Amino acid sequence: MSDNFPLFPEQASTFAWQVDYLYFLLLALSAFFAVAIFFFLVLFSFKYRRRSEDERPRPSEDSIAMEVTWSIIPLILSLAVFALGAGVFFRMYRAPENAIDIYVVGKQWMWKVQHPEGKREINELHVPVNQPVRLTLASEDVIHAFSVPAFRIKRDVVPGRYNTMWFEATKAGEYRLFCAEYCGTQHSGMTGRVVVMEQDEFQNWLSGGASGETMVEAGARQFQQLGCETCHKESGQGRGPKLSGVYGHTVELTTGQEVVADEDYLRSSILDPGSQVVVGYKPIMPTFQGQLSEETLMQIISYLQSLE
Amino acid sequence: MTTDTAVTTPPPARTENYLRSSYGIKSWLLTLDHKRIGILYLVMTTVFFVIGGVFATLIRLELLTPQADVVEASTYNKLFTMHGVAMIFFFLIPAVPAVLGNFILPIQIGARDVAFPKINLLSWYCFMVGGTLATVAIVMGGVDTGWTFYTPYSSTYSSFYVPLALTGVFINGFSSILTGVNFLTTVHKMRAPGMTWFRLPLFIWAHYATSIIMILGTPVVAITLLLVALENVFGIGIFNPDLGGDPILFQHMFWFYSHPAVYIMIVPGFGVISEVIACFARKRIYGYSFVAFSSLAIAFLGFLVWGHHMFTTGQSMYASMVFSFLSFLIAVPTAVKIFNWTATLYKSSVSMECPMYYAMGFIGLFLIGGLTGLFLATIAVDIHLHDTYFVVAHFHFVMVGGMVMAYLAGLHFWWPKITGRTYSEGWAKVGAVLIFFGFNLTFLPQFVLGYLGMPRRYHVYPEEFQILNVMSTAGATILAAGYAVVFVYLGLSLFMNRKASPNPWGAKGLEWEISSPPGLHNFPATPIVTKEAYAYEKDDVTPADPGVSDEGLQIPQEEHTEA
Ligand code: HEC
Ligand SMILES: [Cu+2]
Ligand SMILES: [Cu+2]
Repeated sequence: MSDNFPLFPEQASTFAWQVDYLYFLLLALSAFFAVAIFFFLVLFSFKYRRRSEDERPRPSEDSIAMEVTWSIIPLILSLAVFALGAGVFFRMYRAPENAIDIYVVGKQWMWKVQHPEGKREINELHVPVNQPVRLTLASEDVIHAFSVPAFRIKRDVVPGRYNTMWFEATKAGEYRLFCAEYCGTQHSGMTGRVVVMEQDEFQNWLSGGASGETMVEAGARQFQQLGCETCHKESGQGRGPKLSGVYGHTVELTTGQEVVADEDYLRSSILDPGSQVVVGYKPIMPTFQGQLSEETLMQIISYLQSLE
Repeated sequence: MTTDTAVTTPPPARTENYLRSSYGIKSWLLTLDHKRIGILYLVMTTVFFVIGGVFATLIRLELLTPQADVVEASTYNKLFTMHGVAMIFFFLIPAVPAVLGNFILPIQIGARDVAFPKINLLSWYCFMVGGTLATVAIVMGGVDTGWTFYTPYSSTYSSFYVPLALTGVFINGFSSILTGVNFLTTVHKMRAPGMTWFRLPLFIWAHYATSIIMILGTPVVAITLLLVALENVFGIGIFNPDLGGDPILFQHMFWFYSHPAVYIMIVPGFGVISEVIACFARKRIYGYSFVAFSSLAIAFLGFLVWGHHMFTTGQSMYASMVFSFLSFLIAVPTAVKIFNWTATLYKSSVSMECPMYYAMGFIGLFLIGGLTGLFLATIAVDIHLHDTYFVVAHFHFVMVGGMVMAYLAGLHFWWPKITGRTYSEGWAKVGAVLIFFGFNLTFLPQFVLGYLGMPRRYHVYPEEFQILNVMSTAGATILAAGYAVVFVYLGLSLFMNRKASPNPWGAKGLEWEISSPPGLHNFPATPIVTKEAYAYEKDDVTPADPGVSDEGLQIPQEEHTEA
């Protein structure tokens, strides 16, 4: 992975150089201020060292101009760094349209990955190079954090909701994956690797082995087995609303609120239906809290997303 | 000794000093004297410092190699948790205010005691009860949640001893609140005649700002910990998503206190540094009022930045940006302090004695701590650095490099006053130098480790991180040796009969006008203040020094307490 005494992590994503450039900027600024202060401290304590016991320095006047100057300079510099940092963060926050989706579940103490095509892995994540990848993160138990230092990205994996993160790897190779949020006894064992592959190699890898059932297919199967279909009929005649075309659209609730149906909305509609009741329907949907694993839930949601 | 110290001739009717005024365990455990309560805190915070230090030693030993060899994973997790709990709640937070503040603050403003002496004693008992519960939790089974007690791990997946430790921290919180209330009232109500707000030493301003944070912040963490305990014991869903709670809510509440708590730890240290620099440079602190108000600015802004601990949680992007922005603003008052301290040395008369070694060490290390804080405030960089060793190194620079250095500066500065004894200056310098270099060797490599991505709270780690970890452990060994040296010569000084004079440093300030150690009631008569703080410079040679005056004999305490 790297030699024995690295000082600097590998740059393997489009964010890496941006973060590194901010880091160097900060290092330079810090070095400047640190050296300046150290210089004056040493200079003054030497130059003005006490030469006799009864030496008394002259009083000096406080200078408002001085105080204002050395308040404003750090202020301007800080704001500049703030803006640069916020700018990069802005790009980190929103995944581009063409990103492919991969689903990750963290649980004490392993990472479980599902690709939409059905391929699954544990403590490993295979991704294609030069292709934006969006990860949807869920936790079965406590908070974890998905961290890949070579990509300079990290996101907490929080139970009870989906977090997402994205990156674009720029270099084929293997990189370390850590759980960065303390999650219990084997926290430091919750590690793995991210394998970045050339695009065609990745396609080969995806199609090799496994059951062949895609996430959407698995979700459709679950939808039937769990009896969702009995209420949510394609015809719209069931006791529950028709679910095609819900994802990504606005839903009106009995409270009068209008919400956009994103992954988190679908998630809570299934686990805690009573919290958001669709207008025109009775709150009769049973809760599925505790009956579905995070992975199954992800499959059902991808199925719902696939319904046009 | 200086010519103009005007060390007012020892008052005619000498009262016994506070150490000799009465004897026996009871006279200590039931004392209402702020000085004795300060000593009680000194003893107990030292005990917790040693306990926390032993945990730290075991942690560094374990990290010497990438594999698990010294302790197993669950033990390791308990070690870093208890290291954090002992050090933060039972050493760093109380050390400067409850030890040095308790002892020095009333004297510096010319008061006989704090406003509410009984409440002061009560605060020490809260500390003791809290500390005992936390210790019992450690001894019985240990707590492995990290000092941050993040839910839902702490409320659902962790051991039964968590609520016990939480109760300990909860009760201990009241000791902070009570100390804060006492200091605020004392500063408002019990200043000696002539001690106007702008004649207050900066040590007082710093404690004033700290008290505000203690009073406003501590109740929030108390409520939070109580909610965790409720969820843990009764299964009420507050933070646990399975019960309909929100784990991130905990982090908001926890950091709403715990970020300001960082300033509870460091701001009193700023006060100490101002006193020490003024004395050993024989100069009024440059930009006195800017330094004073920057403490208040920090106290205020400190309440608005908690979200910078949560950039990776998925909190809204705009919230993150606001928190980042406000965090950068704090850089300004902090920088102002450092510039003013440095400027104080200009055309001064610097004498490098032991407290000054620590003060200089403080500026250097705290500066690095502060600058690396900017890395973490820069959101995009924080995403990479969050929960890595970079953060560990950053807060140790602020807390140990900053707060502990300031505490040691203050302890050495006021040791002759507190104990009436002087310590070995030579050994003191050896200790200070060992601590400085040991500290740097311990924590500088951790910045590199953090940028490489090594997560914190890791019991085993990839091999490529070993060399840096070995350096860190080597540094910790030197650091430990430095602390040991300090323990030994300060301890020995108590048994050697080297009496301290009332004002061994030629310092200004009311505490130096009275005997060492002070008499039971501090001042034989209420002092009347006629000068600014730090009247060190030339034109102050006139005999009109702030001094103990015999006129206006009054006992402030009786006027103002329980009225
Ligand atoms: C007993 C009938 C019933 C069953 C079984 C049922 N639902 Fe529902 N569902 C409803 C009703 C009624 C609503 C509308 C009221 C509400 O929002 O709670 C609804 C709403 C929803 C919504 C929100 C739809 C919108 O337009 O916003 C989703 C998503 C959903 N159900 C998914 C599921 C899934 C997945 C299953 C199977 C695991 C399931 N439901 C099983 C009755 C049911
Ligand atoms: Cu973890
Ligand atoms: Cu903070």
